[in-house]
Parts: sequence; C-alpha cells; structure tokens
Amino acid sequence: MTDPRLLLLHPGDTVFVLRDQIAAGEMILVDGAQVRVQQGLGLGHKIARLAVAPGDRVVKYGAPIGRASRAIAPGDHVHTHNLASDYTPTHQRGGAMA
Amino acid sequence: MKGWLRTDGRKGIRNHVAVAYLVECAHHVARRIAGEDGHLIGFPGCFPNPYAQRMMERLCTHPNVGAVVLVSLGCESFDRQALESVVRASGRPCLTVVIQATGGTAASIAMGRAFVAQQAAALLLAPVVPMTPADLVVGTVCGGSDGTSGITGNPAAGIAFDKLVAAGVACIFEETGELIGCEDVMEARAATPALGAELRASVDKAARYYATLGYGSFAAGNADGGLTTIEEKSLGAYMKSGQSRISGLLKPGDQPPRGGLYLLDVVPDGEVRFGFPNISDNAEIVEMMACGAHCTLFVTGRGSVVGSALAPVVKIAANPHMFARMAGDMDVNAGAILTGSATLEQVGQQIFDRVIGLAQGQTTASEDLGHREFILTYKTFDPIGPACLPGVG
Repeated sequence: MTDPRLLLLHPGDTVFVLRDQIAAGEMILVDGAQVRVQQGLGLGHKIARLAVAPGDRVVKYGAPIGRASRAIAPGDHVHTHNLASDYTPTHQRGGAMA
Repeated sequence: MKGWLRTDGRKGIRNHVAVAYLVECAHHVARRIAGEDGHLIGFPGCFPNPYAQRMMERLCTHPNVGAVVLVSLGCESFDRQALESVVRASGRPCLTVVIQATGGTAASIAMGRAFVAQQAAALLLAPVVPMTPADLVVGTVCGGSDGTSGITGNPAAGIAFDKLVAAGVACIFEETGELIGCEDVMEARAATPALGAELRASVDKAARYYATLGYGSFAAGNADGGLTTIEEKSLGAYMKSGQSRISGLLKPGDQPPRGGLYLLDVVPDGEVRFGFPNISDNAEIVEMMACGAHCTLFVTGRGSVVGSALAPVVKIAANPHMFARMAGDMDVNAGAILTGSATLEQVGQQIFDRVIGLAQGQTTASEDLGHREFILTYKTFDPIGPACLPGVG
C-alpha cells in the first residue's frame, strides 16, 4: 500500500511524484511502511520509493535523472540536498550549487 | 478554417501590421507608431549580425503579417535596405521611417502612425481563403516548469502534437539545452540514422555550451517546484514531442518543408559567444515564429503570463493549484489530469481543438489580455547539414 498522493510514473522508478501537497509531520504509507514526512512538500516534489546508495542512479520516467549525493532511504524527500546532475550542477538562489 | 493567402503560398491565421525597430535607439518611436494597432518587434543591437538580419526578414514576412513598418534611427549597422527589399518582394506594403532623415521623433511618429492606421483599416477588409491543418506550423515551448509540467501539460501537448502531425501539421519542438539526457531515446525516433546522429550532435553541442557558461537551462523556480536536475527537467520537457517519428532538424529561420515533427536547434554554432542561447522564454517563441509557426503551445507549471507579438500563444497550465490562482491567463487546464477531472487524452484533444480554433476566429487568453512580448538577441549559426532534412532537395 502506498499513499494515493504518491504517483509512480514508471515501474523502474526509484521515486514517487507528489500529486498533491503533504504537510510537515504527516505519516504516509510508502510500499506498506509508515514514514513520517519531515517538512511540508508541494505538488510535483519527489519522495523516495527505494533506497539508493551514494553514487547510484536515481530513476524517474524510467530514466536516470542524476546520482544520489548521499544515502537515500524510502520516504525521504529527494531533491537538491541528496541528488546531483550527471551533466551540469543545479544553481539555487543565494549562489549554492548542488 | 480560414486564413490570409500570401504570395509564397503560406496562409496566415492573423493579419497584423508589424512595426520593427532596427536598433534600440528607434524603439520608442516604433512603440508609439505601433500603438494598439501594430505589433512591435525589433532588434536592439547596433553591431551587425547575420542571424538577426535573417530573423527579421523571416518575421517581417511571417504568414500572420500583412503589412510592415521599419523604423531606423539612420546610423545603425542593420541593413534596412536588404530587409525592405525582402518585404517588398513578398508583396506586403512596407514603409521605412528613417528618424534622422524624417525630422526627428514627432515627425517620424506622425508619418508611421498614418501608415499603420491606413494599413490596419485595409487589412480588416482583406479577403480570406479556406485553410486546412496541412497549412499550419505549430511550435511548442515550456516555461516556468515545475514537477507537474512533465506529468500533465507536457505529455498532453505531446498527445496534441501526435494528433496535429497525423492531420498534416508541421510541429516543432525545441530547446536542445532542455533535452540533455534524452539523446538516446530521441536518436532512436529519427527518420534516418544520419538524422539521428544530427539530433544527438545538437544535444551534445548544447551540453558543451551550457557547461562553458556554468549554468544549465534551469531556474531557481524550477527547484522550488520540485525539479532537481537538468536531466529531470529535460525528460519532462521531452514529453512535449509526443510519439511521432522525427522528420528533421531545423535551425532558427528554417521552414519545415512539409508536415511532420521537427526539432529546432536553438544553441549557436562555433565557440561560445554572446552569452546564453535564449535568455528568456520569448526568445524561443520568436525563433519558432521565424520558422513559420502560426502559434505556439506554451506549457507552464509555475505560471507564466506571456504571449507574443505576431503569433498567438496557447497557454497550458500544468499545475492545478496554479490554474486556480491564474485561470485568466490560461487557455487549457492540464492540471485537471492530477485532480482526476480529465484524462491526458482529453486534454490533448482540447489543445488540438484550441489550435484549430485559432484559424476559426478564436483568440487566446494572452491575446485578449494584450500580451505582445518580443525579444531578439545576438547569435551565430551555420546552415543545417544535408542529413537534417531527409528526402528534401
């Protein structure tokens, strides 16, 4: 069982996409496991479906979208803090690069 | 469907007076000349640039343009005589106002305004001819993307593209800098292996170009909306191309020779110069128009409000929350796919109907709101190679 707000785009994906917002502190089901969401997440953000070791590929649409820059556990928010491009670094406000 | 027949055989779905400034110094005068009746376009640079010259020639003879005013300060490098001969050869009425030779700002505005008023009145009475989908060129871009763009608006635009291609329309997708990571899947869709190699090379060029500049085609708002890497944004953007076979590779100003699906290579050739390839979304829309696009599909998740001079922009909202806030700026709500009130197929059909409707008297939200954005900057391109348009020539 997985929270209906989590959308799986492709069977090979390591992430779900949020089809609605999730509030900070909410407990959600990820493949049968209860996981607490640490921060509020908006529509379109990604939550890990599978664990990914640092340096391994994160997959969405059935295709790699970069590599884990640190260990990712199921239920984690997957974003610039734990995922990096194989091509060009992602520029963020304030000058940080991820 | 009805349109205005031009001497080159193309048909326009609008009949606008284009008012073009040929250097920034003529911008104010041109804006006053255009007023509400004319569509303002132009090139701000004073140094010559063959790309800008070609773009202005293509735009002033765009099928949606019925008459042209060129506004020159007088001392800029732009070759106004060459542009005027191209416009005149197309059979369009053309007035060139040279501010330094006309007695300055007030006299130039008066001269230009009289011509615009006269042409606008004449264009209202111009006869129309029947049009079919095979007469249409349609572009697609995405801007202000978020994590919803790639799962609602872009795949819905892709379905619309499949339907349009099947109806004989020439469809163009673009921004090779936002196809980084899609080389393999895209190459496999090419009509010929040699074209496939050209498609791959265009994305490799974009990756090198952006690597030199230090930034990918990725804005801070993309990350706020849940996108993390350029390849993730690319895979979402790629969905706009649909499933059709890819018939060719174009560069800005090249017209598709027949119906089908084409990739537009927007990244300059040669060493990196003049800065970022397209500094904002309208630069991409302008290049679509230079390829003859009668209208452009624009998918947005964060909520872009832009339209365009000359050619209507169909705005497709990818994010249902944004649509709820900005419905007045949007033409299609693809966010309905996430809330369950419409399927991808239904939204794809809505977009298709919206495009056909533009040649039946319908207008877009951005046209109704008066949006007529336009931007053109310096670039350098080599001509496309023989493998780019298989079966032509």
